[in-house]
Amino acid sequence: MKMTASEYDRLNKQVSPNSSVVKNCIFAFLIGGLICTIGEFLTNSFLHMGMLQREAAALTSVSLIFIAALLTGLNVYDNIAKFGGAGTLVPITGFSNSIVAPALEFKSEGFVLGLGAKMFIIAGPVLVYGITSSVVYGVIAFLFKLY
Amino acid sequence: MPTRLGKYTLRLDNSPNIASFAAVGGKKEGEGPLADFFDILCDDTSFGEQTWEKAESRLQKDAVNKALDKAGLSPSDIQYIFAGDLLNQCTSSTYGLRDMGIPFVGLYGACSTMAESLAVSGIFVDAGAADKTVCVTSSHFCSAERQFRFPLEYGGQRTPTSQWTVTAAGGLVMTKDGEGPYVRQATIGTIEDLGIKDANNMGAAMAPAAAATLQHFFEDTGTTPESFDLIVTGDLGQVGSELLYDLMRHDGVEIQKRHTDCGLLIYPPDDKDVKAGASGCGCSASVLCSYLLNKMGNRELNDILFMATGALMSTTSVQQGESIPGVAHLVHLSNTKWQ
Repeated sequence: MKMTASEYDRLNKQVSPNSSVVKNCIFAFLIGGLICTIGEFLTNSFLHMGMLQREAAALTSVSLIFIAALLTGLNVYDNIAKFGGAGTLVPITGFSNSIVAPALEFKSEGFVLGLGAKMFIIAGPVLVYGITSSVVYGVIAFLFKLY
Repeated sequence: MPTRLGKYTLRLDNSPNIASFAAVGGKKEGEGPLADFFDILCDDTSFGEQTWEKAESRLQKDAVNKALDKAGLSPSDIQYIFAGDLLNQCTSSTYGLRDMGIPFVGLYGACSTMAESLAVSGIFVDAGAADKTVCVTSSHFCSAERQFRFPLEYGGQRTPTSQWTVTAAGGLVMTKDGEGPYVRQATIGTIEDLGIKDANNMGAAMAPAAAATLQHFFEDTGTTPESFDLIVTGDLGQVGSELLYDLMRHDGVEIQKRHTDCGLLIYPPDDKDVKAGASGCGCSASVLCSYLLNKMGNRELNDILFMATGALMSTTSVQQGESIPGVAHLVHLSNTKWQ
């Protein structure tokens, strides 16, 4: 007699290994924490050079984006991400990687339809829903006079 | 002429002959346990080409040329070439083989394509429609990643059930007569779907097709797993192989002792990137055209069932939430021909 889909689903769940949540969380904490510590170090260095808080924060973001883009181009970032997981995905460095990686990959289809069109293939949804939710938040804040 | 056995299987009465075979692989394959059996290994994953797609075409071309060389034949001697790959519209095959001037039969069976090409070619040769043909398939990790998953440099984590697409091609020359090994029987697979939707667990999606084809073959031929030295699946990997054993046991057939999987042979078992095993058209093709046919050549293996499995989804079907159908084609390879 043939196995049913639900029987097979049960069997598949028994056989298929799950991701190791505890290990992934520890690595994400360590590597994500390290990236944020580097960010803090940069901010403090910029402040030390006499910049204002706003300037130092902006320059820290720009620096982290640059470092991540460079490491992506040097074929290093994805190797860190193998261990870092969410720790490399969530900080602004992950956003940088998600734009630079497709830009490099799809260059072979030309600068317009390849690089230009595919650059935001991963980051695009983040931008769309990030901007949309910030607008919704802004409207709610305005209507309820939360600011 | 082929004789029909039961509903699914053909007995190839003239026992088409495998005259020569060749496997070409990349850097990672060259570091694996089967490296010594490959004919050509290249440390440069791009094979000196500008794009990953061109690199994959190059793999096929090199595999065909090497197999023809070993048989002492030239492209003009070949009447049909049966080829396929994983890329959209099978461009690795068509671009790789376009200069050869051989009548081309393009096949698509996802990762099952090598067994499909052996079966179709075997039927052509057995029926007398051709006396010299070539079968070839390929896959390339980088071209497959960019088509099916993420850009190479994107920092993501692979799930434990995911599989690693092999960068390799395998090709062979089939002739009407020769010293063997011979293609004795072929079972064309049915499309099976038990509702797996996870594109990162293709072993689970393909195992039901493998089980169905094996059952069809055993029923049609009246054989059992013990009738063969080895039952080799294409790229079920760890998860798919376990599920295949369980599905076969559900029907009262035990195959675990006789079974191996190309996806578990080509890379070292402790390779952390590979996760559940290797996959891709080039996986079963290159393992067949290196390790397996060598073992048949020196008589360590005499009768094997070679069954490549394919997951028949596309990126669109996965995004639309469809489940993943599988297919598995089987050929019986033997060192003795039908009397």
